[in-house]
Amino acid sequence: MELYLPVANMSVHILWILALGTMVGLLSGMFGVGGGFLTTPLLIFSGIPPTVAAASAATQVTGASVSGMMAYLRRGGVDLHMGAVLVAGGLIGSILGAFAFRWLESIGQIDTVIALLYLLLLGSIGGLMLKESLTTLNILRSGAQPVTRKRRHHPLVTMLPLRWRFYRSGLYISPIAPLILGAISGMMTMLLGVGGGFIMVPAMLYILGMGAEVVVGTSLFQIFLTTIATTLIHSVTTHAVDIVLALLLLIGGVIGAQIGARLAMRANPARLRLILAIIVLLVALRMGAGLTWRPDEIFTVQAL
Amino acid sequence: MTKFVGTGRQAMRHWVGPLCLALLMLAGVRADARNPVLVPDVSSRTIDIKYSFTGETLLLFGAIIYPDGRLADDRADIVVVIQGPTEPIILREKRRIGGIWVNADNIRFASAPGYYAVASSRPIADMLNERTAAVYEIGLDNLSLSPAGFTSDDQLGRFERGLVDLKRRLGLYVADANAVEITQGSLYRARLNIPARVPVGRYTAETFLVRNGEVIAVASRQIDIRKTGTDRFIANAAQNHGLLYGLFAVFLSVGMGWAAATLFARR
Repeated sequence: MELYLPVANMSVHILWILALGTMVGLLSGMFGVGGGFLTTPLLIFSGIPPTVAAASAATQVTGASVSGMMAYLRRGGVDLHMGAVLVAGGLIGSILGAFAFRWLESIGQIDTVIALLYLLLLGSIGGLMLKESLTTLNILRSGAQPVTRKRRHHPLVTMLPLRWRFYRSGLYISPIAPLILGAISGMMTMLLGVGGGFIMVPAMLYILGMGAEVVVGTSLFQIFLTTIATTLIHSVTTHAVDIVLALLLLIGGVIGAQIGARLAMRANPARLRLILAIIVLLVALRMGAGLTWRPDEIFTVQAL
Repeated sequence: MTKFVGTGRQAMRHWVGPLCLALLMLAGVRADARNPVLVPDVSSRTIDIKYSFTGETLLLFGAIIYPDGRLADDRADIVVVIQGPTEPIILREKRRIGGIWVNADNIRFASAPGYYAVASSRPIADMLNERTAAVYEIGLDNLSLSPAGFTSDDQLGRFERGLVDLKRRLGLYVADANAVEITQGSLYRARLNIPARVPVGRYTAETFLVRNGEVIAVASRQIDIRKTGTDRFIANAAQNHGLLYGLFAVFLSVGMGWAAATLFARR
């Protein structure tokens, strides 16, 4: 069944978008990621204009992160103080991202930059995850006790002036570090339509050195508020949020997320991370191939 | 596809088109009393885009009325041109630089039609000479695109072919030399596909009667393509009330996520 998308100005197959949403929701439920990193490229591969894809995917990530965030809030798994700093950074990042978006669009390089960023981010994160999960699986197989890394923040972070206490995270660090992190993730949300959880979680663990019990909840809190800001900024600047597309993705997404969460409880976390790493690397490869293969279209039209 | 190959075509087109059109308007189309008159019509004057829109087939039909009621001895041909609203665009060309494909070159076109279809009863090259076809802007090689920012005719030609090729594969530019059917020399009809991704706006459907290499009658009709119902509402809200639209999108997204969470949690 075909459905016309009023903002994207094209008709899509309703079942394909629903299936895409469900698939992404399944992943987000299983791995605790927003899934934007999959939604945007898949939408672009199905012929949706990149701007509409990124903007609508951001809207969908909001909905996908609601239930997780609420669960963590109830359990006290969110460092609201840290979250507020990250969100403030996220806001700055989204606004900078909006300017970057407009500038890149005007010089005609937005598509290349989006593809390169995906390749870079997904490639490096996927590679790290693959290595980490394989090591963990090997250790588990050999029966040895996994070595627990001593938690501490990156030396660069300690150099920053003006220290604040973040009680729930167990940190006494400069708020500038999370502010910058938040800004980077906000820019990514604006440009790529990703929540940024897959960058933020490792960064919070290994750069800020936050306590593991509040990392995921705080990341979800930040994603939730940053994607809301991004949706609003896109609505006002690029006018590219397609509410019908976002709604279709959400319907699939929320159902998939619940199923995924149930599946995840029964699986080995290291194996789950291995699967996620492979998926992430595949998307990165596809993006890289898109850059180096001769594209289907040499010419592209941009409306003025 | 009818192809007009001609040197100097590019250079000529920038000024010849508008000039000749102006002259034409002054002179009128050879208001000869012995010439036939066209009575055209279209199957729909308005095309409504709503949620289930997947494109539409437009039927253009009409009659050729000869002044003394008898058919002409020699064959007359019909050409139908449907043109959508024009828009300014930038056309970018990708080139391989440092191993990756990036946009490397661009040309602006101030008036690229969002949709252009030409249907005829036989190849246009067989019935009109290049110059006449250019004057009436008949054929995909005779679009008046108003290019700017190009450095050579070579480059312009490459970009124009690129644009036409791209739009043809999207179904937005169409040239069909067999789409017009003429019955008994006096009734004609043409069937044209309007794809789902057409831009909205006012379209003109022009019908040309051609005999002996000359256009002897022209008639035009207007067609409005517009979004209706919720699609119109949504597109309008997204464009003109960005903040409210964004707030609504957020509300919807949060609401759905929350509803799903509580619904599933209860089970």
